[in-house]
Amino acid sequence: MMTGNSRSAHSIVRPTLRSKRIAGSLVVFYALITMVPLVWVLVTSFRADSTPATMLSEPSPEAYLDLFVDPSRNPMTDGVSEFGQRFVNSAIIGLGSTFLSILLGTFAAYGISRFKVPMKGRLLFLILSTRLLPPVALAIPIYLLYRTIGLLDTYLGMILIYTAVNISLAVWLLKSFIDQIPREHEEAAMIEGYTRLQAIGKVVLPQARNGIAVTAIFCFIIAWNEYAFAVLLASDSAQTAPAVVRNLGAGGGGSWSTLAAGIVALLIPIVVLTVLARKHLVRAMTFGAVRK
Amino acid sequence: MASSTDINQLASRAASVTPPRMAKAVRGLSDQTLAWIFIAPTVLLLLVINIFPLLWTAYLSFTDYTASDPARGLVWIGAQNYLGLLADEMFWNALRVTAYFVGSTIFLQVVLGFALAWAIHRQFKGNGFWTMVIVLPMMLSPAVVGNLWAMLYQPQIGLIDTAFALMSGAGPSGFHLLSRTNLAFWSLVVADTWMWTPFVMLICLAGLKSIPEPLYEAAAMDRATPWRQFWTITVPMVLPFLLIAVLFRGIENLKMFDLVAELTGIGPGQVTELASINLKRGAFDNWRTGYGSAFAVVMFVAILAMARLYIAALNRVAQR
Repeated sequence: MMTGNSRSAHSIVRPTLRSKRIAGSLVVFYALITMVPLVWVLVTSFRADSTPATMLSEPSPEAYLDLFVDPSRNPMTDGVSEFGQRFVNSAIIGLGSTFLSILLGTFAAYGISRFKVPMKGRLLFLILSTRLLPPVALAIPIYLLYRTIGLLDTYLGMILIYTAVNISLAVWLLKSFIDQIPREHEEAAMIEGYTRLQAIGKVVLPQARNGIAVTAIFCFIIAWNEYAFAVLLASDSAQTAPAVVRNLGAGGGGSWSTLAAGIVALLIPIVVLTVLARKHLVRAMTFGAVRK
Repeated sequence: MASSTDINQLASRAASVTPPRMAKAVRGLSDQTLAWIFIAPTVLLLLVINIFPLLWTAYLSFTDYTASDPARGLVWIGAQNYLGLLADEMFWNALRVTAYFVGSTIFLQVVLGFALAWAIHRQFKGNGFWTMVIVLPMMLSPAVVGNLWAMLYQPQIGLIDTAFALMSGAGPSGFHLLSRTNLAFWSLVVADTWMWTPFVMLICLAGLKSIPEPLYEAAAMDRATPWRQFWTITVPMVLPFLLIAVLFRGIENLKMFDLVAELTGIGPGQVTELASINLKRGAFDNWRTGYGSAFAVVMFVAILAMARLYIAALNRVAQR
């Protein structure tokens, strides 16, 4: 390779050390600004009581104990740890809908990837366009439907709605992973005498394991984070935590520290899952279109 | 491709020499049947939870139905709800606020996101870690982020007020940013930009990475200046990716609900009453179901039109 004779090529293809330093410090500067709100809320959650932020105080886990351990001091209470209960709801509904999305999504993605399906393009469009509709607008008829068949404020109702929310991501993303598995492998297995289903179980699924795990992580994150349906279709026993965070503050009998603690508690699982799936963010965000 | 057709020929030859009954037993269900069994549950779920509601909304939008009084039944009132919308000042206010919101957030996020992607693409030391840090906000729950920023904007306890107090030397004031009509809207734009700039950044970065290096080398051979290389190679190659980011953010912010509902709600003087916020208030707080359905149909049409463009853009990039 010719190095060092054409400066203009350098400036873009192989950045100079100085341009790297400038770029690096800009990015670090922006990243630090990004972190400020998160650090602020973390610090507030460990403040003993709502002392003004300009004054320092000893860190204390009191707010977290109020939320999760000691029901009598829970801000939103009538004796039970309400927020703890919502947290459990979030986990149950998140896991349930993730399982269902992956189950339905894997089969549908395989079917679309491998079989001749009439109007395949339209089908894929239909699946993804439902994901783009505004939840508040969809919620009107779904509310009426759920009220008629008794699914309002139930685990089953919430799991079904979040599965419907996530199925489009699951199908598109899983299809992009299954498309990458060479057909020859399962066709060879079928020539050896496997049935189609056996070939899927023994050849395709093991190779799609990573893709399935990544898809599951994103489905869980979306269900965990969802708010509109949680507010409109549930009210109490099957309501997830994001719908009630606000009540942890002064308005619901708590303090700024309990509100901050609730926020931190809801964010931590997401941060962990995001770090785990960091290599696949772009792919998931574009429904599998950008594979890098 | 070539090898797969070879195997297909091999398979069909194998099938032709196998007795039919045995072939059927070995193959189990036919592919056509399996395709149906695999895809039907997903389609069924979408029909029940998305398509049927869509049609029902369209039907309700021509009635005076109110969900709070189901015994009353519904009366067909033709296009009255739609005419009512056109005459409703709040409807136009919601559209205006939404348009400003979509426009200003997309502008800020594209400028910041592209600049960051450009910088990260220089591959400085530790860029993986810092990219991860920048990306975090977009993964968080919008409703929780709304609460987080509402806290930061609070007087006494909040970051903004504290920062001003420290800088001016005076004690914390009672300055409540979210109750100012001229600032509440921008407080939303800031929170949304904090959250979603990383999204635009990631997509732009993927676009930058997709550009083959020899393109630049060839351009440099022809003595194209870096500026010219930027406009003739970088921009056209990143544009399809940027289009995906812009359309997706446009759709998401057109229907924006969670972040704003928790951060400002309708805001002082309805300055942050976005389309979804107005719709929720009409349909679920005031129980004007028919009227709300008409608004919902307007949103469906706008979003499905944008969804067409978005999915076409996705398919174009996927073929790269």
